[in-house]
Amino acid sequence: MTAPLAIFFVLAAMAVLGAVSLIVQRHPIHSALSLIVVMVALAGLYLLMGAEFVAAVQIIVYGGAIMVLFVFVIMLLNAGEEERTTVSKLATYAGIPLALAVTGLIAAAIARSSGSLPAPAPNGALTSTKALSTMLFSDFVYPFELTSFLILVAILGAIVLAQREN
Amino acid sequence: MNAFLTQYAFLVVPIIKIAILILLVLTVDAYLTWIERKVIAHIQARWGPHRTGPHGLLQPLADGLKFIFKEDPMPANVDKVGYFLAPFITLMLALTALAVIPFGPQRFTVFGYETHIGIADVNIGLLVLFAITALGVYGVALAGWASNNKYSLLGGLRSSAQMISYELALTLSVVGVLLIAGDFSLRGIVEKQAGSGHGIISWNIFPQIIGFGCFFIAAIAETNRAPFDLPEAESELVAGFHTEYSSMKFAMFFIAEYTSMITVSCLATIMFFGGWLSPFPDAWTFAHYLPSVLLIPFGLWVIFDGIRYENLFGRILLPGVGAALTAIGAVLIVFPFLNDAIQGIFWFMAKVFVFLFVYIWMRGTLPRFRYDQLMAFGWKVLLPVSIANVVLTSVAILVWGKY
Repeated sequence: MTAPLAIFFVLAAMAVLGAVSLIVQRHPIHSALSLIVVMVALAGLYLLMGAEFVAAVQIIVYGGAIMVLFVFVIMLLNAGEEERTTVSKLATYAGIPLALAVTGLIAAAIARSSGSLPAPAPNGALTSTKALSTMLFSDFVYPFELTSFLILVAILGAIVLAQREN
Repeated sequence: MNAFLTQYAFLVVPIIKIAILILLVLTVDAYLTWIERKVIAHIQARWGPHRTGPHGLLQPLADGLKFIFKEDPMPANVDKVGYFLAPFITLMLALTALAVIPFGPQRFTVFGYETHIGIADVNIGLLVLFAITALGVYGVALAGWASNNKYSLLGGLRSSAQMISYELALTLSVVGVLLIAGDFSLRGIVEKQAGSGHGIISWNIFPQIIGFGCFFIAAIAETNRAPFDLPEAESELVAGFHTEYSSMKFAMFFIAEYTSMITVSCLATIMFFGGWLSPFPDAWTFAHYLPSVLLIPFGLWVIFDGIRYENLFGRILLPGVGAALTAIGAVLIVFPFLNDAIQGIFWFMAKVFVFLFVYIWMRGTLPRFRYDQLMAFGWKVLLPVSIANVVLTSVAILVWGKY
C-alpha cells in the first residue's frame, strides 16, 4: 500500500465515522463537532488530490466560519439533549431500503469503471492557486460576480430582517 | 542503518525537527511568562518574581512542576468529552500553526533529504495558517460551554464572537502583502522583500503600514491578549472560559496562548518586516558582527551583576550564564562561517522578540476594551480600513506596475 493510499483510507474513515457520529449523537453540540471532523477530513482528501487552495478554503469557510456559527447558535440557545423518538414507519420501511439501494448503485458504478478512473491531479492544470484564480477571474468572471451579488443581497436581507423597528 | 535512514529520511528528519521545535517553543513559552511578569512588574514599579532562583529565573520551572503535581479534578455536571478535548484542541492547533513558519534562509541536505529551517515549506503557507486560526475558536468555545458554568459560557461566547469578528480584519489586512508578493508561500514573501539588497527599504512595512496596523491590532484580538482579553476578563468573568480548569489542563490553555503570541509575532515579522533579512544593506558586511557586539557586553554585564548577587547560588549561576554568553559571542567572531550561518536566525529572533515585548508592553499599559466597543471597533473601523487598504494597494499596483 502506498503512502497516499494509506492516508486516503485514514481520512476516509475519519469522514465516514464523523458522519455516522453526526447522526447518532444525541447532543446538538456533539453533532456539530462531528460535522467539523467531516469537514476537516474532506479538506485532507482535497489536499491529497493536489487541490491545496480548495482544501484551505474548505477549512477556513466550512470548518471555520460556518461551523462556528452553528456551534455559536447552539450554545446561545443552550439546546439540551435530544429525546429519541420512535422511528417513523416511513423511515423504517422506505428509508433503509433506499439507503441500501443508493449505496449499492454507487458501489456498482465504481466497480464497473474501476481502472478507468482519471488520475486525481492533472499535473498543475487547475490545482495551483494562480491557475484557479486566473480561470475564476477571466473565463468565469460573470458567474463569479453574479454569485457575489447574490451573497450581497442575502447579507442586506439579513440586516433588514435583524434591524429593530423604530 | 544508513540505508534505512536514507530511505526513511522524509519521515525521520521532520519528526526530529518537530521534536526540537516543540521543545524550543515550550521553553520560550515558559520564559516568556517570566519576562512578562518581570516587565509588567517594572512597569508597575514592583520587582516581580525574585525569590525562586536568581532574579526569579527558576520561576517557570517551579510553575511547571506545580502544574504537573496539582490535582486535576473534573467538576460535576460538565460535558466530559468536551471538557477533556478542549485544552487538547487548543494546544494542538496552536503548535500546528508553527509548522509552516520558515525561521531562516538555509536549505541543507540530511541523509539525502533536502530540508530547511522550519517544519514544512508549503506554497499556501499563509492560507494554512489562517485555516488553523479559523479552527482555533473551537477550543475556547468548547471549553466555555463544556464547563457548564455561567462565567465560562459567557467567556466562551465572547471569545467566539471576538475571534470571528477579528479574523475577517486579520485576513483582509494581509491581502495587501499578498498583492505585492504575488505568492502565498511565506518563504516566497520573505525572499521578495530582499529587493535589490538595500536592506530595510524594501520591506513590506513601508508600502503596507496601514495593513500592518490592522494586522497587529486584529492579531492581538485573535490571540485574546490585553487590551482585548475579554474572554478572560478577571474582574467580570472570574477567569472566563478556563475558570473550571486547573493543573495541566489550565497550563495547556496557557501554553497555547503564549504559542499563539509567538506565531503571530513570527507572522508579523515575515509579512511586514522582512523575516530573516537584515535591515542593513548587503554591502555593510561589518553589520554581521552585531550578534557578537550585543552578546559579549551583555554576557560581561551578567558576570559583573552575578558576582555580587545576594546568595551563593546566584553568585555561581549568573556568572556561569554570563560566561557562556560571552563565549558564544567570542566563538562567532573567531569562526566567520558560524557567524554567517546564524545571521538569518538572529534577525528573525530579534524581530520576533520585539513583537513579543510590544505584546507585554501593551498589556502593562492599556486598559481593557468594553465589549460593545470591541465589536464596534472591529466591524466599523478595522474592517473598512483593511478593505480600503486592499483597494489602495490594488490601485497603486495597477498604476505604477509592480512595486
